[in-house]
Amino acid sequence: MLEIKDSKKILTTPISAEDLKDIHTGDIIYISGSLTTCRDDVHRRVVEEGLTIPIDIRDKAIFHAGPIIRTLGEDHYEVVSVGPTTSMRMEKFEYEFVKETGVRVLVGKGGMKENTVRACQEFGCIHCVIPAGNAVVAAICVEEVVDAQWLDLGMPEALWSCRVKEFGPLIVSIDTHGSNYFEEKKIEYNKRKEEEIAKINKEVGFIK
Amino acid sequence: MSKEIQVKKMTDIIAAFVGYTGIHLPDDVLAKLTELRSKEDSPMAGLIYDTMFRNIELAKELDRPSCQDTGVLQFWVKCGTGFPLINELEALLKEAVLQATSETPLRHNAVETFDEYNTGNNVGKGIPTVWWDIVPNWDGCEVYTYMAGGGCMLPGHAMVLMPGEGYEGVTRFVMDRMTSYGLNACPPLLVGVGVATSVETAAMLSKKALMRPIGSHNENERAARMEKLLEDGINAIGLGPQGMGGKYSVMGVHIENTARHPSTIGVAVNVGCWSLRRGHIMFDKDLNFKVASHTGFTM
Ligand code: SF4
Repeated sequence: MLEIKDSKKILTTPISAEDLKDIHTGDIIYISGSLTTCRDDVHRRVVEEGLTIPIDIRDKAIFHAGPIIRTLGEDHYEVVSVGPTTSMRMEKFEYEFVKETGVRVLVGKGGMKENTVRACQEFGCIHCVIPAGNAVVAAICVEEVVDAQWLDLGMPEALWSCRVKEFGPLIVSIDTHGSNYFEEKKIEYNKRKEEEIAKINKEVGFIK
Repeated sequence: MSKEIQVKKMTDIIAAFVGYTGIHLPDDVLAKLTELRSKEDSPMAGLIYDTMFRNIELAKELDRPSCQDTGVLQFWVKCGTGFPLINELEALLKEAVLQATSETPLRHNAVETFDEYNTGNNVGKGIPTVWWDIVPNWDGCEVYTYMAGGGCMLPGHAMVLMPGEGYEGVTRFVMDRMTSYGLNACPPLLVGVGVATSVETAAMLSKKALMRPIGSHNENERAARMEKLLEDGINAIGLGPQGMGGKYSVMGVHIENTARHPSTIGVAVNVGCWSLRRGHIMFDKDLNFKVASHTGFTM
């Protein structure tokens, strides 16, 4: 469900493909509901080993992140600190992963590439980034850890399913219309870089 | 004070200081981020800076590490030959990291190479890293502390150029790194550049360059000029906070240099992210200390 509250765009799980239609790269959104940490090993298990993910993430959100978790009692956990990890590492799995799981929102750090763009367009999904290095802001959006699976992968790699409230701000980097914020930005950056190198090089001919 | 009490005292101070630097950013970084925040005018850059400053406040208030990646601990010590704990220093720095790791808490970031397991206590073979500068005829000791996060270590790069490539080659070497890896290293960055003779001399200088306070300049006029040219050039690329676009990409560019072999230019780049967790603490022979990097730290 998509609602606008105090001019904040909030996606609440379950999220439909329809909810994502009017969301575009560069938009700022927040997520409420179910957000599960999924990174390298979970992607590998689902895509390469063909295992069924033990937490249902269909129409929900995942977070490319490895949290610091405090155990409060048996099956009772708290997120002390959590922040995004580089999404690009999941790029090679993401098309199959989205297809397999039906996840609607991917949250991470930095851009992703064509595999993910294709998945987002075909299956109705978006990729967003949360400003990194803000572990406390992110951790306090987590209301409760509702489930933990695949703990054999270790703390950072396990599945931590969280109930979050207005988790964000999230900046949309890949939308359902084929747009990719970082790839478009990179073209700009590289063009400007060449111009700046030419300028600097006029002044650094110190070796005569 | 007995040796044992002295060691414990210095260990406790360093442990508390390391923990403190994981929660509070240094004064110069805060001042620079405040300045850059006020100069950005796009709503997206504004929102990212708002988030960063909210995080800085929350970390303080809740006494939690500001970034979940509390890095690998690295120390650069300038130790006088007459400093009473010179023999104990390296061991006590390791002990201080163990202490800070459980007290703060810090993330367990030491993975033994080849055997490939996480040691689970944030120390390992050669971790924390300790770099020594021995200062003759002095009885004090200065310690720079640094939390090297994964994201901001990735852009690190060193190579040896042929002199024919000149300082133009140095420019391209640094600039290319900014658009390939820099944008994912949580800008605005502090960029350290070493210009020397071989890979390791350049690499070491590029790290030491990050320890210099923001706003300081290389004492060589041309090197200082190049710092400014690179700073303006990287800013003009427009990475902005988090690499999402903005007017400023860096907090500064620091170049450190030595002489070189006629046939080589060793060059290296090292970056620190916006969450630049570096500290600078100075001890006298009686273990009275002064902190240069953070005004708020007390024992
Ligand atoms: S680059 Fe720095 S701020 Fe970003 S996640 Fe890594 S340690 Fe944290």
